[in-house]
Amino acid sequence: MEKIFARLSWLSATTLLLVLLATLYVLYIQAKPAMDEFGWQFVLDPRWGVDVVVDEAGNAVDGGHEEASGADSGGVVRLDMGDDEDAIPMEDETATGQPELAEGDLDGEAIDEEIPMEDETATGQDELAGEAQTSSIKVVYGGLVPIVGTVLSTLIAMAFAVPLAMGIAVFLSEISVDWLKTPVGVAIELLAAIPSIIYGMWGLFFFGPMVAHIFGGSSVSLLVAGLVLGVMVIPFMAALSRDAINTTPNVLKESAYAVGATRFEVVKDIIFPYARTGILGSIIISLGRALGETMAVAFVIGGVYKLAEHITDPTISIPVALANNFAESSGLSLASLYYLAFILFVVSFVIIFTAKEFLLRRSKY
Amino acid sequence: MLKKIVLASAMAMTAVSVRAGTTIEGTGSSFAYPIYKSWATEYYNATGNKVNYTPTGSGAGIKAISAREVDFGGSDKPLKPSTLKKKGLYQFPTVVGAIALAYNIPGVDRLRLSENALSGIVLGTIQYWDNPVIRKDNPGVKLPHKKVLFVHRSDKSGTTFAFTYYLSKMNSVWRSHFGAKKAVNWPMENHIGGKGNFGVSTAIKTNKYSIGYVDYADAVKNGLKMVEVEGRNGRFIKPELKAFQEAARFAVLDPKKDFYANIAYPRKGYPIVSVTFALIAKEKKDKNREVVKFVDFGFKNGDDNATKLGYVPLPAAVKEKVRAYWKEKGLY
Repeated sequence: MEKIFARLSWLSATTLLLVLLATLYVLYIQAKPAMDEFGWQFVLDPRWGVDVVVDEAGNAVDGGHEEASGADSGGVVRLDMGDDEDAIPMEDETATGQPELAEGDLDGEAIDEEIPMEDETATGQDELAGEAQTSSIKVVYGGLVPIVGTVLSTLIAMAFAVPLAMGIAVFLSEISVDWLKTPVGVAIELLAAIPSIIYGMWGLFFFGPMVAHIFGGSSVSLLVAGLVLGVMVIPFMAALSRDAINTTPNVLKESAYAVGATRFEVVKDIIFPYARTGILGSIIISLGRALGETMAVAFVIGGVYKLAEHITDPTISIPVALANNFAESSGLSLASLYYLAFILFVVSFVIIFTAKEFLLRRSKY
Repeated sequence: MLKKIVLASAMAMTAVSVRAGTTIEGTGSSFAYPIYKSWATEYYNATGNKVNYTPTGSGAGIKAISAREVDFGGSDKPLKPSTLKKKGLYQFPTVVGAIALAYNIPGVDRLRLSENALSGIVLGTIQYWDNPVIRKDNPGVKLPHKKVLFVHRSDKSGTTFAFTYYLSKMNSVWRSHFGAKKAVNWPMENHIGGKGNFGVSTAIKTNKYSIGYVDYADAVKNGLKMVEVEGRNGRFIKPELKAFQEAARFAVLDPKKDFYANIAYPRKGYPIVSVTFALIAKEKKDKNREVVKFVDFGFKNGDDNATKLGYVPLPAAVKEKVRAYWKEKGLY
């Protein structure tokens, strides 16, 4: 029995580790094309899905189309680099003998040239660019905006949630009357079970417009996303912190009261130091959840690939970029999404690892 | 014990599949989802055959049918005949949809936008609602000096593709700089994204001085005010069924080219229209007959549903062409 038990626990731990490594491996393999294409510059590049003109050597000639004036299009030949899929259907209107069209109205000529479309299946880009005499267009993906969006929205969420959650936890364990503790505690645990999409809907329909009314800006923005995230993680943080606070031995608290400490001093000097490990743990778990939250944020962050200049500007986070684009992407854009996912993985790992390290080191004292 | 469970579930599964008649699996265009769903319900009531269609987006639909994961794929973007040949697919149109420009300006109940005004808004050169270019076509309307907030889809979508396709045909600057895409880096300064048609509708509703493009059906459902857009013949056209039908009549869909065409910006009628396609795999003869039966059922009985949901049924002549296409491929 003892042996089986040990074997089982070993097995479950190994399975989890294997799943983790397999996920990382798959992400890495899928992201490889984007990594080769963009390298580490990806992390610092604020452009997403922007066409850039490249010359024969493959160097970017022009800094993206927003800045490109109309004059450059004369010398640039757009190559149909990808599969046929992406060409535009251009009906030959005069050839199809429709009676209504027999008037001989030929003003359609101008629009019968090909319309440039996104190149999702860009595989043989390099060969094609080499063959071409003139310059061609390539699509650049950069991850800076989603990365910054993720970090900022999580920071806002934490700044909003930590004080509130601590207040709730202290209220529930120390201040509240006994008959109120159970119902409020259960209510908070219930809040933790609400699916994130519901928070998203609530944010989109009610909370967003309310925030926009107070702070200005539009109903979807970085601020709204951060606040909705904060509301989402409060239950986790509050419930876990309350449990940690409840573990403080009564002897300690009573001794403090006996020597004349006020309630505030007891909370500050006895309970928080004692329950620090548990409270920090609850914050780390909430942080992880806020970093990876997708659905609720997707509805309220705005989905715009632009660095937010003000807190009320719309922007985008990594999970939202993935959710919005995954179903319809292929080729390089898909690889770029995997690259983003890989970065989120690494970022989460680093944050949680440092937080853990910090926590363990501090709690030794 | 385990054996019993496996046996029981296996029996249950066979029982279900025996009772349900045939089932077709489809996936793709979310633009076409409401109409396929409504057709599927009626089809099931009439024949007992099931059609499962999941709205995953046109790109996913093309991928799924190319990999033969489903029986038919839905796409708002037609594939070239050469691509179809390479992938071993057939393609035919099923229904026409329209995209409305919805806006939210308090006190303005009727808004006309010329091609110049619309181009200015999407390219970011028109920043305020009281710009002379907009005012010119709206005499007597008091337009406020407020910034235009453009609302677009934040996810990749066929709706964005159809809208930018129209813009590309209408405006050469847009064509050379942006083209038709499922997701665009919008050039204007003041813009937000909504997830799904529903997200865009809500964003327009909750943000004053906004304008955005949504499926006509969603705009109607949400009670949004819609722009009268300048058609190719210079008239301002209200988005309504009559105008869509007029546009659909000008659709040039040729069976010889596997109906490879996109019908936006027709000569007359409402300009922002698009046609959605079904893709089937050549070698799946039996399943294809089922798919064709289903679509033909929709052609025959589903026009009212289509109209109710804000789509435009294919004109009778085009339906005949599609049927001829099926006959030629031996599916009808």
